[in-house]
Amino acid sequence: MHIVVCIKQVPDSAQIRVHPVTNTIMRQGVPTIINPYDLFSLEEAMRWRDKLGGEVTVLSMGPPSAADSLRKALTYGADRAVLLTDRFFAGSDTLATSYALSAALAKIGETFGAPDIVFTGKQTIDGDTAQVGPGIAKRLDLKQLTYVSRIVDVDLTSRSIVAERRAEGGVQVLMTQLPALVTMLEGTNEIRRGSLDDALRAARADVVVWSAADAGISDLQKCGLRGSPTVVKRVFAPPPRSEKAELVETHGRTPAENAEALIDMIFARAPGVEADLVKSVSGF
Amino acid sequence: MIERFDAIVIGAGMAGNAAAFTLASRGLSVLQLERGEYPGAKNVQGAILYANMLEKIIPDFREDAPLERHVVEQRFWFMTERAHTGMQYRSEEFNEERPNRYTIIRSQFDRWFSKKAQEKGAILLTETTALELVQDAYGKVIGVRTDRAGGTIMADVVVLAEGVNGLLGTRAGLRKTPKADQVALAVKEMHFLAPEIIEQRFNIQGDEGVVIEAAGAVSEGMAGMGFLYTNKESVSIGIGCIVSDFAETGTSPYQLLEKFKKHPSIRPLLEGSEVKEYAAHLIPEGGFKAVPKLFGNGWVVVGDAAQLNNAVHREGSNLAMTSGRLAAEAIFQIKSRREPMTADNLSLYEKMINDSFVMKDLKKYKDMPALLHTQSQNLFLTYPQLVSTAMENFLRVDGTPKVDKEKATVSALKAKRGWTGLVGDAVRVARAWR
Amino acid sequence: MSNAPASPQAGGGRASMKKELPERFKAYRHVWVFVELERGHVHSVSWELMGEGRKLADKLGVELAAVVMGGEDAGVREAARESFAYGADVAYIVENPVLADYRNETYSKALTDLVNTHKPEILLLGATTLGRDLAGSVATTLLTGLTADCTELDVDVDKSLAATRPTFGGSLLCTIYTLNFRPQMATVRPRVMQMPPRLDGRDGRIVSFGVDLREEDIITKLLRFVPDRDSNKSNLAYADIVVSGGMGLQSAENYQLVRQLASTLGAEYGCSRPLVQKGWVPAERQIGQTGKTIRPKLYIAAGISGAIQHRVGVDGADMIVAINTDRNAPIFDFAHLGIVTDAVRFLPALTEAFRKRLSPHSKDRLAG
Ligand SMILES: Cc1cc2nc3c(=O)[nH]c(=O)nc-3n(C[C@H](O)[C@H](O)[C@H](O)COP(=O)(O)OP(=O)(O)OC[C@H]3O[C@@H](n4cnc5c(N)ncnc54)[C@H](O)[C@@H]3O)c2cc1C
Ligand SMILES: Cc1cc2nc3c(=O)[nH]c(=O)nc-3n(C[C@H](O)[C@H](O)[C@H](O)COP(=O)(O)OP(=O)(O)OC[C@H]3O[C@@H](n4cnc5c(N)ncnc54)[C@H](O)[C@@H]3O)c2cc1C
Ligand SMILES: Nc1ncnc2c1ncn2[C@@H]1O[C@H](COP(=O)(O)O)[C@@H](O)[C@H]1O
Repeated sequence: MHIVVCIKQVPDSAQIRVHPVTNTIMRQGVPTIINPYDLFSLEEAMRWRDKLGGEVTVLSMGPPSAADSLRKALTYGADRAVLLTDRFFAGSDTLATSYALSAALAKIGETFGAPDIVFTGKQTIDGDTAQVGPGIAKRLDLKQLTYVSRIVDVDLTSRSIVAERRAEGGVQVLMTQLPALVTMLEGTNEIRRGSLDDALRAARADVVVWSAADAGISDLQKCGLRGSPTVVKRVFAPPPRSEKAELVETHGRTPAENAEALIDMIFARAPGVEADLVKSVSGF
Repeated sequence: MIERFDAIVIGAGMAGNAAAFTLASRGLSVLQLERGEYPGAKNVQGAILYANMLEKIIPDFREDAPLERHVVEQRFWFMTERAHTGMQYRSEEFNEERPNRYTIIRSQFDRWFSKKAQEKGAILLTETTALELVQDAYGKVIGVRTDRAGGTIMADVVVLAEGVNGLLGTRAGLRKTPKADQVALAVKEMHFLAPEIIEQRFNIQGDEGVVIEAAGAVSEGMAGMGFLYTNKESVSIGIGCIVSDFAETGTSPYQLLEKFKKHPSIRPLLEGSEVKEYAAHLIPEGGFKAVPKLFGNGWVVVGDAAQLNNAVHREGSNLAMTSGRLAAEAIFQIKSRREPMTADNLSLYEKMINDSFVMKDLKKYKDMPALLHTQSQNLFLTYPQLVSTAMENFLRVDGTPKVDKEKATVSALKAKRGWTGLVGDAVRVARAWR
Repeated sequence: MSNAPASPQAGGGRASMKKELPERFKAYRHVWVFVELERGHVHSVSWELMGEGRKLADKLGVELAAVVMGGEDAGVREAARESFAYGADVAYIVENPVLADYRNETYSKALTDLVNTHKPEILLLGATTLGRDLAGSVATTLLTGLTADCTELDVDVDKSLAATRPTFGGSLLCTIYTLNFRPQMATVRPRVMQMPPRLDGRDGRIVSFGVDLREEDIITKLLRFVPDRDSNKSNLAYADIVVSGGMGLQSAENYQLVRQLASTLGAEYGCSRPLVQKGWVPAERQIGQTGKTIRPKLYIAAGISGAIQHRVGVDGADMIVAINTDRNAPIFDFAHLGIVTDAVRFLPALTEAFRKRLSPHSKDRLAG
């Protein structure tokens, strides 16, 4: 079985800062990580490989430094890493990204064997759109299973897959055909710690690096900024709330007295809340 | 299959990277183990880099190393609760083509340094902790066991560059854990500010940088020092004191830092900044007398793990880099003679270290740590207060005759410390400095 | 946007080069809202969107349409009529047994066909598991732009959709345009937009649309649907009062203090992300960028620093009360009321004080 997992290298957004004057991102020193959601997909992929045999290829589109993240995926136990990198991809939105990634996936299929399952993460923490996975599925005509909480079964003979998918009001149990595109829900598993062998293998492994041409992309109009229908027109900081919180005077008071004071302030500012509370508590 | 390397380097800090780079560029097979997520992930950010020692390893490092600012001005401040008396040196000479000192951010710098070693062929495993040294029946170190599944890795020699905690070496009985009066605990924060604001506040432009070192009331009478470095988009601020002092006074390092930041001389420099990253780290401060055995059968120890740190000049990373480089050169020499990595042969490393500035500097200040410790009340509280009083007396124009002012200053001195005390302190400091 | 340029200049340059809309898109008109109907129940995000869609349609001087799909007798027509009460002028309805349950295969086909036939200029969907699953497929098939998770929608001077959303983990907002392609698509998270008033008796046109879909041709099969048991499900997103706790509580045991206050107030309880990561509180209780967005009348946050990722989930609350030991904690920048104190000691006192005040025999209440 061949499984491909798309992973994205993202800035650790907890550490992002905004320049107070120019409102631009201060990228300096912001560490990059594998998009955390992608790790749930990677682990799931490796579990099914371990069960059914085969290989896991990780694929990323990004700057040359994204090779670090791919290498990291190898230390977790992935078998092969492909980096799609080209200046033509700069500024891609989700439509252009899914185009480039599907081209690379097709090329991976030709080169290393057609994937039975393609995984993406549920969403990224920087783009945060959850659109690239469905975009890839549509372009490659893969059956789409998003927000999967459990893959129940993969049957290579009948080429079917059964999965539990989180829907709004409950869980759908779906059965469809391979090849499929799956995105895993967070918290469904925990990424493993690779062995010493995995780590050494990853340190020595070569990441396969493809340019747009290598991936067989001939229509550069569909890539990068040019291939992106959406355009970011304005970036700005969220407006600050004008005034700071009014604070309860606590000096020399007991917690009980403070509590009374706070409740008075709440009720004074929001009389409706008092009425609601009385209602909800007394069950009227 | 059991993997075998010429050398295993434990740690990817300054010392480990210097060793791995040097070994790999001499063609040895090197495995480097780092427990952090990436090199520098666990190292305290924001520091001073001494160019000279790095040039000896990577001559053209300025081309792509992540350097923040080169230092053109150093301020020494003696602090009381509400004032500071300062000395300051700034020179256009520091705006040279190959500046001598830079501020760096360790998490970025260590990553770069380690990449350089990897380019030379060193293999780096991150998120991999060395758990124990593997020794043969004769006690020779022959390999390392890690926290990853899959056993042991063997090597002819293990370079311990594991930093001040040095658990691996102490666990193997190669040296003792440093005593509480031999290590300082430093806490540090990064305060982010726009580059223009930093330039304005510190009177610098472009890549110029300023360093402030502050002693006195900020350490509440303990032996310690506060510091502030300007980076490109941030200011590193911290304070460190000897661990045993913290234990005695019951003060927490965090409280000290909070106080330092609120000092009227410091606060305006940080105004409006955004704090990211709070870190605490130990610094070996035992000096010459605390340096353990540096080599043995199949192993050498370098950098902070060997207590190679000059507290007086706040130099650590350059001693670390130099010891790492020298250890690697010694190993390379032994290897090229096709000789085994026995204690006898590895003593070459100690000889090289003794001949270098590393040991010479440490020897020079060998009495300083003890002095700072026993006299800390006087050195860090009394004198700054006296100087401050004298300055205030001198500067305040209030109709008091100047003669009376001088008298007041002198009697304050005498009252606080007494003539004998004063003379004694002067002699002690001079001796330790000599 | 997956690789949104960080600097305003980066996008600005191209946005200002806006060309005239290609001829083939000129016929695209009107604002559509996809109405999520699952198991006979309309997701409230659809009505929230209807309110927003109404404003856009009015600004553009066009009609607002609801799109409702489902199986036969699945409540499609009822939902369509309800959509009029929330502001729709037209409802496109698609009824077919294969649409009884949501499946990407069938729904994306139906919606794509509908768009290609009736050509809307703006298409809005809820950023729910259904909406996101569907929107990505449809936008890719139509080869048009899709802006996810918007917090604000507006119409520009030249009548294009200006979709504003958080970027870089919420530390910045960006406004995104879909130039030269139609429809302009956007998703919006539940509870971000306000629920519009319901005008019963307001009427509209129903347009029925047929799709050529037969169960035999559909590869994906729904084997089972396991509804969430109502008892366990948190109703966080819709609660009027929410009490929540963060790392300042220091332990899972202390989190019980939050639950006690919540139960005294008949409120829902929530938390910041680290508590979920530590396994102290289930994931469905997380509030913020990667958790739930809430819009309660009262939000009490104990031991939460107020990181931007948390803030974006609670900004819609009418009143935010913060309990924190650090008077410089960012939460005090956006809370309305606050107290600088140890939450572990204060919460029991607060619970007790509320209990007394709210008890039916409370003197305070009778006096007041
Ligand atoms: C607050 C502060 C400010 C300082 N400022 C300066 C300054 O301005 N200039 C200066 O020259 N010096 C300064 N120093 C001192 C300087 O940082 C150290 O001397 C220097 O980092 C020592 O380098 P090292 O490689 O020996 O140790 P470290 O840099 O501590 O590196 C040790 C590495 O080993 C890893 N490691 C440890 N154990 C294991 C294990 N078992 N397995 C795998 N990996 C392991 C660690 O994760 C770490 O990366 C400062 C120190 C502090 C704390
Ligand atoms: C991609 C991404 C997505 C994220 N999504 C979310 C999200 O959806 N929701 C979310 O909440 N976070 C999210 N986060 C995490 C977020 O950045 C913060 O780390 C998190 O909100 C902090 O939680 P906290 O306030 O509970 O903890 P801390 O930041 O540790 O703050 C604890 C607070 O408690 C106070 N305190 C300490 N002791 C006491 C006491 N005894 N009494 C009262 N107060 C006390 C402290 O002063 C401090 O302000 C996300 C982060 C990333 C990178
Ligand atoms: N540049 C990229 N390279 C590889 N995979 C990506 C890339 N961008 C997005 N993805 C995948 O698509 C998923 C959803 O991304 P997004 O639509 O940006 O939220 C991610 O979790 C990744 O698995």
